[in-house]
Amino acid sequence: MRTVNVIRAQLRASLSLAVQYRLDFVVEGLLAILWMAVTLVPLLVVFQARQQIVGWTFPEMLLVLGWFVGLKGLLEGAVSPSLMNVIEHVRKGTLDFVLLKPVDAQLLVSLAKIEPWRSIDLFGAAAIFLYAFRQLGRWPSSTDLLLAAAMLGTAVVVMYSIAILVVSIAFFAVRVDNLLYLFQSIFDVARWPSSIFRGTLAIVFTYVLPLALMTTYPALALLGKLTLPTTVGALVGTALFAAFARAIWRVSIARYTSASS
Amino acid sequence: MRHALKAFPQLLRTGFAEAVAYRAEFLIWMFSTNMPLVMLALWAAVARSGPVGSYTQKGFAAYYLAALLVRLLTGSWVVWEMTMEIRQGTLALRLLRPIHPLLAYSAENLAAVPMRGIVAIPLIVIFLWNVRDQLGGDPILWTILAPALLGSWLLTFLVMSIIGTLGLWFESASSLFEAWLGISAILSGYLIPLDLFPAAVREVALVLPFRFLLSFPVELVLGRVDRWHALALLVAQWGYVAAALLATRLVWRSGLRRYAAYGG
Repeated sequence: MRTVNVIRAQLRASLSLAVQYRLDFVVEGLLAILWMAVTLVPLLVVFQARQQIVGWTFPEMLLVLGWFVGLKGLLEGAVSPSLMNVIEHVRKGTLDFVLLKPVDAQLLVSLAKIEPWRSIDLFGAAAIFLYAFRQLGRWPSSTDLLLAAAMLGTAVVVMYSIAILVVSIAFFAVRVDNLLYLFQSIFDVARWPSSIFRGTLAIVFTYVLPLALMTTYPALALLGKLTLPTTVGALVGTALFAAFARAIWRVSIARYTSASS
Repeated sequence: MRHALKAFPQLLRTGFAEAVAYRAEFLIWMFSTNMPLVMLALWAAVARSGPVGSYTQKGFAAYYLAALLVRLLTGSWVVWEMTMEIRQGTLALRLLRPIHPLLAYSAENLAAVPMRGIVAIPLIVIFLWNVRDQLGGDPILWTILAPALLGSWLLTFLVMSIIGTLGLWFESASSLFEAWLGISAILSGYLIPLDLFPAAVREVALVLPFRFLLSFPVELVLGRVDRWHALALLVAQWGYVAAALLATRLVWRSGLRRYAAYGG
């Protein structure tokens, strides 16, 4: 109950911080739409040349892209801005003020800064889904939807855990403060279904840096093609990974020695 | 002007030392430039079942590796630096120095090119070696490549300077640059080779300045243009460079009158 209250208070604070800049809503909103269009263009060109790519038709691939657009909005609109703050805190030594509060520090820093205009990405993703399913000519069953929601949950948790791991590096090496940007740019790979990759890359993007889990599995779930073993594996793997990230975070803040004078 | 030319080599040395000092960040920024590889993954999968247009699987590999190389060598960051310095008021420090701030910026950005080259060239040479049969064989085209790359670098830098200077008028100049980036990702051939677009889009893309930022040098590397056409394109590119230079001067002069050095 207390945790819920903290989350609510923290969200309200970061939202009111963001709405001070009203013009940003318009400008950043328009930019989000432009980038969505930029993301779509390559697919349109590719599907002029082919009917399907590695077994994916155009509307099916749109589903992957929809998850990508939505998750990217979440990553760049909520996860990254907040965790960038942590790196800033470590460098300036102001993380003291966060650690002193009688609330879990990870919870506190994770919701510190939000860019609400990136919610346009979520609407964009919804529009892409609607269009894709109209093209497919059928709608997902309620089981599929439930499964997709579960997969979305694992996607968000894994994405967040990777970001926490990347930020934990800042406690050991402050100099590499742009590692989070590197993760953001690698995340761009998740716009394609994972079956595009072969050999080593396929293994890397499924198990090491589980981008497949983030966009391909939820899309498969919507299509009713996700098998039970894969689902169970994804859920268990996600739980283990989140616990691992949490453990690393705790080790990292234990090493924190307030850099300021 | 003579004064500035004398100072320029030292500015380059300073810029190079800075790039070396921040090598870890520098490396990570370079690795963040991976969009051509992301696009290559898609097209390589598509071309497994046969060539698309005039591109085989190897053709795509050569195209996107060349695009990555051109992007790494001609990149700048001046627009971010300018908008930040304008907002924080530290541009005043640059204005006090006896050298034009844009000249100083250009030295800093140019000085990073050797560092980029050192990091990128070994990697990309290996890749290009594997797809060397896709590269152009005409020595004239390779000769034109040098001024074309310089032209691309200048054009990128000048556009950034123009938009950065607009920061003197309004705060969201860096958002304007974001928009430019998005449009140029499509129209410069960064995401998709221009000749794969439908004819109507291609016609427009070929005359706009975006092509000369990236696609033109890449076409030279792949030998996809003939000699006379390449020369004509080089002239066109430098025409755009001259126009951008003029625009930069105009914008800078009238912008400076508005400058109030707020903040610091």
